[in-house]
Order: sequence, then C-alpha cells, then structure tokens
Amino acid sequence: MAWYLIRRILQMIPVFFGAIFIVYFLMFATSGDPTAALCGDRGCTDATKAALEAQYNLDQPFIVQFLLYLKGVFTLDLGKNFSGRPILSVIADTFPNTVKLAIIAVIFEAIFGVLLGLIAGLRKGTWYDSGLLFFSLILISIPVFVLGFVSQFVFGIKLGWTSPTVGSGAPLTDLLLPGMVLGGISLAYVLRLTRNSVAETRDADHVRTATAKGLSRRRVINVHVLRNSMIPVVTFLGADLGALMGGAIVTERIFNINGIGNQLYRAINLGDGAMVVSLVTLIVIVFVLANLLVDLLYAVLDPRIRYA
Amino acid sequence: MPEPQKTVTEHFVAPVLEDQGRAGIENQLDAKPSNLWRDAWKSLRKNPIFIISALLMLFVLFVVAFPGVFTSASPNSNCMLSNANGSPTDGHPLGFTNQGCDIYARVVHGARASVLVGFGATLGVLVLGVIVGGLAGFFGGWVDAIISRVMDIFFAIPLILGAIVLMSVPVMRQNAGIVTLAIVLTVFGWPQMARITRSAVLEVRHAEFITAARSLGMGKLSILFKHVLPNAAGPIIVIATISLGIFIVAEATLSFLGIGLPPSMLSWGHDISAAQPQLRTNPEALLWPSLMLSVTVLSFMMLGDALRDALDPKGRTQ
Repeated sequence: MAWYLIRRILQMIPVFFGAIFIVYFLMFATSGDPTAALCGDRGCTDATKAALEAQYNLDQPFIVQFLLYLKGVFTLDLGKNFSGRPILSVIADTFPNTVKLAIIAVIFEAIFGVLLGLIAGLRKGTWYDSGLLFFSLILISIPVFVLGFVSQFVFGIKLGWTSPTVGSGAPLTDLLLPGMVLGGISLAYVLRLTRNSVAETRDADHVRTATAKGLSRRRVINVHVLRNSMIPVVTFLGADLGALMGGAIVTERIFNINGIGNQLYRAINLGDGAMVVSLVTLIVIVFVLANLLVDLLYAVLDPRIRYA
Repeated sequence: MPEPQKTVTEHFVAPVLEDQGRAGIENQLDAKPSNLWRDAWKSLRKNPIFIISALLMLFVLFVVAFPGVFTSASPNSNCMLSNANGSPTDGHPLGFTNQGCDIYARVVHGARASVLVGFGATLGVLVLGVIVGGLAGFFGGWVDAIISRVMDIFFAIPLILGAIVLMSVPVMRQNAGIVTLAIVLTVFGWPQMARITRSAVLEVRHAEFITAARSLGMGKLSILFKHVLPNAAGPIIVIATISLGIFIVAEATLSFLGIGLPPSMLSWGHDISAAQPQLRTNPEALLWPSLMLSVTVLSFMMLGDALRDALDPKGRTQ
C-alpha cells in the first residue's frame, strides 16, 4: 500500500508542474506586454510599469519568473491581483462557494443517478430501461448553459419556486437549483454507470444463490446487488467532485455565484495573468488530489486491485 | 450433405475420408465471410436509435450545406429595429430577436459554424490522438512512458478551461475563427482519443497475425498502419462520434462566454448569449437556438451510443 501511494504521488508531480507550466506560459510568455491590460489605451507610465515588472518578476528571464512563481505557490504567497487585493484572500472568499456548489451537485447526482440507474438496471431490456437510457442521452446532449437558462426561466421566473440568481453569501437554498444544473450531465453518467453495473451484477452467481436461499428481494438488492455495483460509481463521483469545482465557470456566470469560476472568467477578460494562473493552479491541485483519492478509494473498496 | 464414405481421388499420398467436420468447415467458407463490420452493419440496420440519429444527423448536415433551401431570409441584413422582440408573423415563423432579426433565419444559418468547428476539431483529434496513442501503445517502453505523462498533464486541464486560457492569448484572439477554434479544441481534446487508441493497440499488439506479419518481414510502421490500427478502429470511431457532440457544445460554450468565434460570425452560442438579457420578455430568442443546438448534439450522442453497441461491446460500461 505504501509503495502504491508513493508511486501515485510521484506520478502526480510531473502532472502538477506540467499543467501549471502550460498555463503560466500561455498567460505570461505569449502576450507582448502582460501589464498592458491594466492601464488600458493610455498605457502605463514608465514608473508604474517598472513597479509592476518588479512585483510580478517580469524583469527576469521567463524560466526564473516561473520558478519564482512556484516558490510563491509553495509559500502561499501568491501576490496581488490587478485591483491590488491579495490573491489568497480572493480565493478564501470565493472558493467555499464553489465547494458548496460542487457538493450539492455531487449529492444530487449521487441520489438520483443511483436511484434511476438501479431502476433501469433491474429492469434491463424493458421500456423503463430504454426510456431512462434515452433520458440520460438527452441530459448529456443539453449544454450546461442551455440547461441553466431554461431552469432559471422555468423555476426562477415563471414558477417563482426559487430565486433566479444567487444572493450575496450564497445561501444554500439559492444554490440548490444551480447545483442541480451543474450536476445534470454527470447525473446521466452516474445513471448509465449504475445501470450497467447493476445489470451485470443482477445475473451474477452469488445473487442467484442469495435469491435461492430465500432472502427477501429488498435484502438481495440492497446487500448483494447494489453494494457490489457501487465501486465504479463511487470512484466516478469522487473524480467528478474535483472536475466540477473547475467546471463551474458557466454555471457560476448564469446564476451569478461569487465562486472561483466567476473570478476566473473576470480575470481572463481583464488579462489579469497572475490571478488566472493562481486560480488554474488551484483547480489543477483539486483535480489531481481528487483523482489520487479516488485511486486509493478504489483500492480500498475492491480488494482484487493489487498495489503492485 | 456429402456421403460419409466418399473418397477423394486428388490426394497423392493416400485416400482420405472426408469426414463430416471438414465438410462443415468448407460449407462455412462458401458463405459470405463474417467480420466485425458486416456484423455491426447487420445489427445497426435493425436498431431504431441508429436509424433515427443517422437521419437526424443527415438532416443537420443538409441544413449546414444548404441553408438557402430552408429560408430565403438573410440572417443579418434584414434586421429591422421596428421588429425588435416581435411575435411570429407571416414568413417569420419564430418571431424576432432583440435586434429585430428573424430568429428562424438565424437558427438555420447558425448551424454552419458550430458543426464545422465540431468536424474540424474531431478531425484534428483523430489525426493527433490516433498517431500519438498508436505510437505509445505499439512501441511501449520509454516512448509510451513519455507520451503517457504528457497525456496526464493535458488530462488535468479541463477542456473548456484550457480552451478559454488558450483563446485569451492575443495571437489566437486576433485570428479567432473556425480553424483557430478547431485547433484550440484539438490541443486540449486529443488525450481522450490517444488513451482509447493506446489501449486498443495494446490489446492487439501481441495477436498472432501481428507476429505473422513481423515474421514475414514487414516494417514496424507498416504493421502499425496496415494491421494494428484497422483492428483498433471500432472504439476510435465511437469516441470520434461522441467527441463531435462534445466539441459542438464546447464551441457554443466558448462563443456564449464571448471568447469563441468573433462576434461577426453567426453562432448559436452568440445568439443564446445575446438573448440572455431579454430572458423575461423574449424567451423565444433564447429557446430556439438552444433547442437546435441540443438536438444537433443529441443526434451525434445517439449515433455514438448506437455505434458503441455495435462496434465496441466492451466499452458499454462507460
């Protein structure tokens, strides 16, 4: 187990540095003057420009800039964004909202995806099954922003069940609808994963034995079918939690949620390179850690997986 | 049925009794050879999902190629502000946008950019992903190690996120267009295809017909392209079809965020974004392009699903 863990962490290292390097390179090395966006059409004065270059180490060669930036990441000194706020405090303000949103999305997709997938898998080959599979295809095909606007229009404006946009402080009741929108596509994947897994386990020998020895249908399904079908689903949900935190840009824009996706979008439009790189770094860290945890979880849940 | 005691005289060594089993094999050889493609086509022909999605896809491609057949109205030049947010009238079945443009004409003409970006990016991913994945799977060793690590790095950057960052690079933004967008989506979309190709190649790499080809003196690269890749084609075709849908969504999402196609080009993503402020008063301007976008993507996703059932039975769990 320890060796497996060490090997996985070693594999993480190039991914982590490589991904940050790509984004850093795109933001800082490809534009002629990274500070130009701050001053607009009139251009910065020489003194401002020199101060900015010193602040972001732009007077150094590119590779030194990058190493200094990495040092900043490890010492949690991310510098300031264009409006002069420390980037770390912006992240501290906005990241919790994104985490809340992603958790709501994952809980939503876990409950409904597993439930619907179980129904489809137990009735494999019937109209329930075909109908639910078709429903999942439709769900996968609807882009997030379409799903977002339509549900905002129907539930927020026409029916008035919830507030169409999220207020300050991001109360949980306001986040419910955006969370469902964010989890919508993944719900379809959870449904299909559960359905295939259940349909396979349903016909396994140990399930037939359990039925034959007279266990109730409920017990057979809960203990013998569902529990054994859950391994791929649990790992998908874990990886998805990491992916959703980075993938919430569109949802956060539509529902006006003050999360890191919204901040990232603003920073890109402003050309605020330091802010963009820091937010992407955060997203990559979350994504890589989530995948590491999922791998370990997989090994714990399924004893057949060897750590060699 | 041949008679059991029949002797064959052409043999030089000794008369051989043609037994039942051998005759059975020869009967089979007389029939049309069965292979993956023929079987797949047989099962696809009977699959209603495949027929519906294929017809839907052909219809979308027809709209892309000949928008003039469906509407004579121009999407841009006939916009009259006096028609702003107007209800449907004669010749304008879906009403008007905030700028007084015919929604129907814009929806019809908007298909082209999205679908072309989708096809361009899929083509790019096919070329790059299949070559890179094929090399990694076929050669193994350090080639595989390096390619796999690079793949991991690109996997850690979500498609939309990477595309936004790359599109914000000044050179890309100045040249924003169908080709640029297709390239950007290729850069962050290829690892999926490479991974599928790599595992498909790994599966057939040690098959006996590969050993046979090698012992006949075939070169490594010609084995890869003539024998290995054609046998890995099933999963590759499935992923390519699904990628088409994903890239169309990605184009619409980027255009919606204002960082995809330039504003002068017609795209469903632009129209949906432009209709957003009038969501309360003129929801039709948002709903129709959204519907067309979703139906287009659905046709490719359904097609991919049907193809997966026929070509790649093992991939069903995904």
